[in-house]
Amino acid sequence: MDKFRMIFQFFQTNQESFMNGICGIMALASTQMYSAFDFNCPCLPHYNLAYGLGILLVPPFILFLLGFVLNNNISMLAEEWRRPQGQRGKDPTVLRYMFCSMAQRAMIAPVVWVSVTLLDGKCITCAFCTSVPVETLGNASHPHLSQGEIQRVLARIPCKEIYNGQQLIANEVAIRYLRCISQALGWCFVLLMTTLAFLVRSLRPCFSQAAFLKSRYWSHYIDIERKLFDETCAEHAKSFAKVCIQQFFEGMSTDLVAARCHLPRKAPADAGEAAEKLLGITDQGTMNMVLKSWHRCKPPLHLHPPALPTGNGWAGEGQPPTHLSAPRRERAAYYSWV
Amino acid sequence: MDRFRMIFQYFQSNSESVMNGICGLLALASVKMYTSFDFSCPCLPQYNMAYGLGIMFVPPVIFFLCGLILNRQSLVMLEEWRRPQGRRKKDPAVIRYMCSSIMQRAMVAPVVWIIVTLLDGKCLICAFSGSMDPEKFVGFANVSTVQVQQLLAKVPCKDDELMRNNTSRKAVSRYLRCWSQALGWSILLILIVAAFLARWLRPCFNQATLLQARHWSNYIDIEQKIFEETCCEHSRLFAHKCILHFFESMRQEIKLHSFSLPREGEGAEGEEDFLWGITDQDQVNKLLKTWYYEKPPMDVSQVHQR
Repeated sequence: MDKFRMIFQFFQTNQESFMNGICGIMALASTQMYSAFDFNCPCLPHYNLAYGLGILLVPPFILFLLGFVLNNNISMLAEEWRRPQGQRGKDPTVLRYMFCSMAQRAMIAPVVWVSVTLLDGKCITCAFCTSVPVETLGNASHPHLSQGEIQRVLARIPCKEIYNGQQLIANEVAIRYLRCISQALGWCFVLLMTTLAFLVRSLRPCFSQAAFLKSRYWSHYIDIERKLFDETCAEHAKSFAKVCIQQFFEGMSTDLVAARCHLPRKAPADAGEAAEKLLGITDQGTMNMVLKSWHRCKPPLHLHPPALPTGNGWAGEGQPPTHLSAPRRERAAYYSWV
Repeated sequence: MDRFRMIFQYFQSNSESVMNGICGLLALASVKMYTSFDFSCPCLPQYNMAYGLGIMFVPPVIFFLCGLILNRQSLVMLEEWRRPQGRRKKDPAVIRYMCSSIMQRAMVAPVVWIIVTLLDGKCLICAFSGSMDPEKFVGFANVSTVQVQQLLAKVPCKDDELMRNNTSRKAVSRYLRCWSQALGWSILLILIVAAFLARWLRPCFNQATLLQARHWSNYIDIEQKIFEETCCEHSRLFAHKCILHFFESMRQEIKLHSFSLPREGEGAEGEEDFLWGITDQDQVNKLLKTWYYEKPPMDVSQVHQR
C-alpha cells in the first residue's frame, strides 16, 4: 500500500498543476491554430458577416467542449451526479464545485482565441466592412452609386487587390478604422475577463470559505475513493486470475493422470521448486493439450476451495454452467482502466 | 513523515522564489505581447488620443490583475483578513506586510509595459500628434484649422498618401518620440532610485517589526499548505477504510447467503487476503453493482470500534 500512497499523494498534489498544465497547453494550441489558420474573407456583401462572426465564435465553442472532453474529472462528475442515493446522501454543493472548477479551466482556451482574434483585427474587418461610416471617413456624395453597389464596393475592403472604391473611401483609412475598433474591443474583452476572474477569486474567501473547504475536501475524496476502488478491484482481479489459473493447471494435471491411469508421480524429494512448478506436465504433447484446452474451453469464473484433491477432472464439473463468451466482455468493462 | 518534512522545507524556501519567478515571467510576457501586438493608429482626429492612451494604460491594468490572480499568497492574505477572530488574534501588521509584498510583485509587469511603450514611442505619437502646435512646423503652419487637425492626426501613419514624403510629418514624429523616450527614461530612473532607497533605508526603521511580520506571514502560508496536505492524507485514509469496510461487508453478506462451509485450513493465505471471499463471477458482479447502486455511508467509525 505504501507505493499506492506515494502515487496518490503525487496525483493529489499534482492534480491541480496537471490540469493547469493542460489548460496552458490548450491556450497555446489555440494561438497556434489561429496563426496557422489561413483567413480568407469572401469579400461579398452577405457572406462577410457570416464568415467573420463564424470564425470569431465557432472555434471557441469547439475549444470549450474540447476542454471538457480532455478533463479526466468529467466522468467522475457524471458518475456522482447520476448515482442512486443508496446509503450515502448526495451533496449538490460538491457537484457545483466540481462543475465550476472544470468550467473555469475549459473557458481559458476560448477566451484566448476570442482575444487573439479581436486583437488581430481580420475577423472584425471582414465582418463589419460594409458598415463603415462613409460620410465621416470618405466621400458619401458619390452620385452614381446605388445602395447595393456601395455595399458591394465596401465588401471588398478586406481584399486589397480587388478593391475599386478608392474614390468612395480610401482602403487604408477604412482598414485602420476597423482595426482600431477591433483592437479596442479586444483589450476591453481581455480586461473584462481578467476583472471577472479577479473578482471570482478574491470574493470567494469573503463569503463562503467554510462551504468551499467542505466542497473541495469531498470532491477530492470522491476522486481518491474512485481510484482506490479501481486499485482494489485490480488487486482482486489479479488474485482471482492467479488462483483460477492455478486451479486450471491442477485440474489438467489431475485429469491427465486419471486419463493415463498412471500412479501420481511423486516428485523426487530432492527435485526442488522447479519440479513442483511443473505441476506434472512434463512433455510436449501434454503441454500442447493444456494449451489447446485453455484456448477451447477456459475454466468458469468460479474458484473452488483448494482443500481436497478431487481427482475427478475439471474444475468446472458440477458447477453451475456459466456463459464463457459473455464474461470476457463484461470483465473488460468492469476491470479495464481505459 | 520525513518525506513530508522534506517537501515542506522545499516549499518554505521556495515560496518566495516561485512568486519571483511568476513575476519575472509576467514581465517577459508583457514585453513579448507588446512586440507581437500590431499597433495601428487609426489616424483620425477623435480616435487617436483614445487609442493611444488606451493602449498605454489598459494592458497594465490587465497585467496587474493577472499578477494578483496568479499569486497564491493573495488568496492566503484574503483568507487571513476575512477569517473570524476565533481563538487566534489577527495581526494587522502581518496583513499589511503581505499586502505590500503582493502589490510590489504585481506592479512589475505593468511598469515594464508602460516603460517599453514610452521608450518605443508609437503610443505617444499616436495620442498627441493632434495636440501639436501647428505653428512650430513649417508644413502645417499655413493650413486651415480643420485641415490641420486632419493632417496632424495622420502623422503616425507613415504610409498614408498625404504623408508619405512630408518632412513636417517626420519633424512632428521625431519631436514626440523624443518626449516619449525622455519620459520613459525618467520614469525608469525614478523607480529604480525609489527601489534602491526603500531597500537601503528599510533596516533603519522598524526592523524588528518587519522580521516579525515576515516570519508570521511565512507561517500562515506554510500552515495553509500543511493543512491542505493533511486533508489529502486524511481523505485517502478515509477512502481506504471505507473501501475495506465495503469489501468486508460484502464478504459477510456472501457468507450469509451462500451457506458454504467455512473453509478450514486457509492454505494459500497470501492470495486469499485479496480475494475477500469473493471467488465467483456472480459475486464479483454483485459487488460492483452494489458499489454503484448503494455506495456505503461515509462513516468508518464501526471499523474502528470492531
